[in-house]
Amino acid sequence: MSGLRFRFLQFPWKTITKDAFDGTMTVAKFLLVFHVSDTYICTPTVTYGASMLPTINSTGDLLLADRLSARFGRIRRGDIIIARSPENPRKIVTKRVMGMEGDQVTFLVDPGNINSCKSVTVPKGHVWIQGDNTYVSNDSRKYGAIPYGLIEGKAFFRVWPLENFGSLSPGSHP
Amino acid sequence: MMISYFDPDDHVLVEKLCLEKYKFSHGDVVMFRSPSNYKEKYIKRLVALPGDIVNIPRSFDRVKIPEGHCWVEGDNSDCSCDSRSYGAIPLGLLQGRATHVVWPPWRISEVEKKVSQGRLLHY
Repeated sequence: MSGLRFRFLQFPWKTITKDAFDGTMTVAKFLLVFHVSDTYICTPTVTYGASMLPTINSTGDLLLADRLSARFGRIRRGDIIIARSPENPRKIVTKRVMGMEGDQVTFLVDPGNINSCKSVTVPKGHVWIQGDNTYVSNDSRKYGAIPYGLIEGKAFFRVWPLENFGSLSPGSHP
Repeated sequence: MMISYFDPDDHVLVEKLCLEKYKFSHGDVVMFRSPSNYKEKYIKRLVALPGDIVNIPRSFDRVKIPEGHCWVEGDNSDCSCDSRSYGAIPLGLLQGRATHVVWPPWRISEVEKKVSQGRLLHY
């Protein structure tokens, strides 16, 4: 019995408690840094759907989106952005900016009919977004220009699939 | 402006847990980014949610709130930049719900939910 009590008192409680505390603090610091950078600097995003073919694959690409461009108003025509859908705030869509505020945007109401042209001026504080695959994309041609405040980030780099690893080229896709 | 409810220089606590599922109720006081200038944030009361039909004051018009949108109005009906000027706003612009006034100390209180009668049409 006294041997057990002796072993109990000899057990390095202090070092174990200290190590556990230090370990927890390291994990907490890591999670904090990750959360701050994910919310304010750069976030990974998985896309799905065919609306941005051929630029983005329909089978789900992993992109990096920077959050600073949207926050500082540095989104330009031709950028690929991720934004909250005006039809469902819990859904994030990936589209290309085709018009900034004040621009005159001309689009085909029916992509199969070359005569169904329509012209719209983008209101103040809004952007006009379109998917590169105009035949299947649900975008500003249906729900109108979206407020700039819905933009969550600018997609600038593709991480997966590895064959397409690299930066997403900017510039207006026709 | 919500002159009749908040004083200028009131500091309020805005909770963002409601943004997880975008679960809001009628009468909540919400903070949102202006649709015409993303840098400006406003605080107004949420009057209608998607699918509701709202009566526009001082007019015979009615508006059906499209899916994913909401109608926000200031309590002070005379001068207020809200949905009466720019229409229903997307729910994605909401940044949180004001729950308490926390400063100055003599104004500390809970922000009440207020649902005005007769604004929404029910079938």
